[in-house]
Amino acid sequence: MTTERKGKGTIFLRKEFCKGCAYCIETCPTHCLEFSEEFNEKGYHFPVLARPEKCTGCDICGMFCPDFAIFGITWKKMDKLQAQKNEGGKVESRS
Amino acid sequence: MKADPKGVLTGIHFMDGNHAACEGALAAGCRFAAGYPITPSTEVVERFAARIPVVGDGVFIQMEDELASSIAIQGAVWAGRKAMTVTSGPGISLMQEHIGLAATYEIPLVFIDVMRGGPSTGLPTLPAQGDIMQVKWGSHGDYEIITLATSSPQECFDLTIKAFNLAELYRCPVFVLLDEVVGHMLEKVVIPEADEIEVQERLWTKKTPEEYWPYDPEYGMIPGMVKAGDGYRIHTTGLTHDHRGYPNLNTKTQYEMVNRMINKIKDNADKIIEYEEDGVEGADIVVIAYGVTTRVAKKAIEDARKKGIKVGLLKLVVVWPMPEKRIREIAKNAKALIVAEGNMGQLVYEVERLAAGNCPTTLVPHPGGGVHKPETIEKAILEAAK
Amino acid sequence: MSEKDMKETYEGAGVSPQDQADNPVDRILRQERMPHIWCPGCGIGTTVNCFARALEKLNIDLDNLAVVSGIGCTGRVAGYLKVDSFHTTHGRAIPFATGLKLANPKMKVVVYSGDGDLTAIGGNHLIHAARRNLDITVILVNNFTYGMTGGQYAPTTPFGSIQTTMPYGMYEHQFNIPKLVAAAGAVYVARWTVYQVAHLTRAMTEAIAKKGFSLVEVMSPCPTLYLRRNRLGEGIDEVKRFKEWAVRKDGADVNDVGISRDKPLIIGKFVDIERDEYIDLMNRQLSKKLGDRYTLYGVENGEV
Repeated sequence: MTTERKGKGTIFLRKEFCKGCAYCIETCPTHCLEFSEEFNEKGYHFPVLARPEKCTGCDICGMFCPDFAIFGITWKKMDKLQAQKNEGGKVESRS
Repeated sequence: MKADPKGVLTGIHFMDGNHAACEGALAAGCRFAAGYPITPSTEVVERFAARIPVVGDGVFIQMEDELASSIAIQGAVWAGRKAMTVTSGPGISLMQEHIGLAATYEIPLVFIDVMRGGPSTGLPTLPAQGDIMQVKWGSHGDYEIITLATSSPQECFDLTIKAFNLAELYRCPVFVLLDEVVGHMLEKVVIPEADEIEVQERLWTKKTPEEYWPYDPEYGMIPGMVKAGDGYRIHTTGLTHDHRGYPNLNTKTQYEMVNRMINKIKDNADKIIEYEEDGVEGADIVVIAYGVTTRVAKKAIEDARKKGIKVGLLKLVVVWPMPEKRIREIAKNAKALIVAEGNMGQLVYEVERLAAGNCPTTLVPHPGGGVHKPETIEKAILEAAK
Repeated sequence: MSEKDMKETYEGAGVSPQDQADNPVDRILRQERMPHIWCPGCGIGTTVNCFARALEKLNIDLDNLAVVSGIGCTGRVAGYLKVDSFHTTHGRAIPFATGLKLANPKMKVVVYSGDGDLTAIGGNHLIHAARRNLDITVILVNNFTYGMTGGQYAPTTPFGSIQTTMPYGMYEHQFNIPKLVAAAGAVYVARWTVYQVAHLTRAMTEAIAKKGFSLVEVMSPCPTLYLRRNRLGEGIDEVKRFKEWAVRKDGADVNDVGISRDKPLIIGKFVDIERDEYIDLMNRQLSKKLGDRYTLYGVENGEV
């Protein structure tokens, strides 16, 4: 995947956890996810960030995903976590 | 360790068996009891409810039914308490699923069962010894429990303490059986000073949360325990589970779990078993009994001896596990065994199995509603001696 | 799967995923037990996401949290959470939780189980726990069916729905769960569906924080044994249907919130009242009667 920052945030995926239920794809407020062409090991199509420029990192996908396979995060939050990590401090709670 | 003086009502009392059992529990460190009213056992929890607020740092709760009380105490044990419930035969029937759960959770738990006549609602206010098999075999599957039978209020006190100690040592359900007449019998009960009462502390784990799994054997075959809130973040389940406490539904795990649960009792049976003998060595006839029946049997044996018959008494204090080796020995040397029990024949089958044809075994049954007459047992002794 | 392996399986955005993995649910999952057993399209996992986020908002010390489950699909939740977690017998999660909470009042105790477990076999315990008002929280996942055993009808199955033991369509009346527990004395009662993840998270937060008996009913799809059998599509179809079907009415009269597939599904916060809690009542009464002979139970530094 690219490091280019297109939208306000991004998603992370454990594709082998996915059971292809479509919760994330259907509930994404900005419709930035789509089913993959390929299959995971279990034989399910998993989501891909088809329109990264529209992703806000709102984590609605993370709240919906019943298989704990995906979550969203804003770039801002990620930078903060990275900074905390670089300082060697414990990564704080996201809220 | 020694008993906590707060729970020990030191002195010489005139007390019934139900109250004495409650005092035994308090002396043993029981600080949580849940129960549901049922004759003839309720005095045990009535006393607990009155005493626990004054003893301190403990609770009694009357649950909505026996199913609830038999699992509320399991929550309390996982929270670190010593806990018990008290009931009678119909209640034990309702609790069976949770007796199996306690065996599978491997938690120390005491059930006091004040036995009444059955089946069904039966004889709520009258004695019987019909629970002897349901406490052993009532829940489905294979597991081991420990059972003690009392024949006097003093024994109700002493054996309830012993029950709590055994429960802690072997992490299994332990039953204290009282016959209705023992529960309501008033006799002298001596409660010693707290520092004269030995109390078994929980076998807490010595491991750190990182290295701990709830079913790793730590004290011989027995796993070390933790309590909720200590940071171990354990999981446990009634499903067949591996050493981590996680469900693992296959034959290998089942084999390992069930074997360890059974062997931790079977391999330690010699340490658990307790019985009393009176003139068993050299006797032609041996009467085997437990609970209140032993009191009647004593009179019958006394009278038979006056008639020149060599008769002894084997009183089972711990009924489960059975003193199998001893009964086998006795059967080889005696001419006949007599089992007197307050039911139509339950433990007699075990005795018969152990006698293994070495000598005949006679049952002196009683359907419940009273206790045997000494003459009935004496008659059986005289018959067997012919 | 180990915790490290779990995090390393994340992919995305070209950054080292194990550094950035920040899915709140990962912190309370027993990673070594993943993946879970729930079917594709089942909503139980969604409720667990909301639960994880609620715990994070509440900033609860997870060492002081116990989750107790009964039997069934939702009954498996306890086994997946890395807290003191107990999988009990069918219907008896609440009395287990009652014993645990009463024996150690400093624990936060949450019962997480399904509609069949809590309202049928465990129905008596549910109403008595609400009556006592001991400080526990019940998260009741309602999927209209007994999933684990193969789709038998539950006290919640709507009229007309086909189930294996109702092959010609449900004709028994249903439980109105909020009304049931409100009548028995619950101090907090809410109902949301897995569609309203943010509201559901907030409701869980409020329920756990609320002192006394609180209950959150979560409507969740069972694609395999309820939806398919009733030709209602996949899990996601029910989730989208929840969006249309559900009507939010906070403070609705609990008499009016019974569920029918022909009427709007009323959701929201129905009850949020104050009522004396069990241990407070016990301490008050025993102190009154016993005076100095009684030491307040479960009180550390003046706080229960």
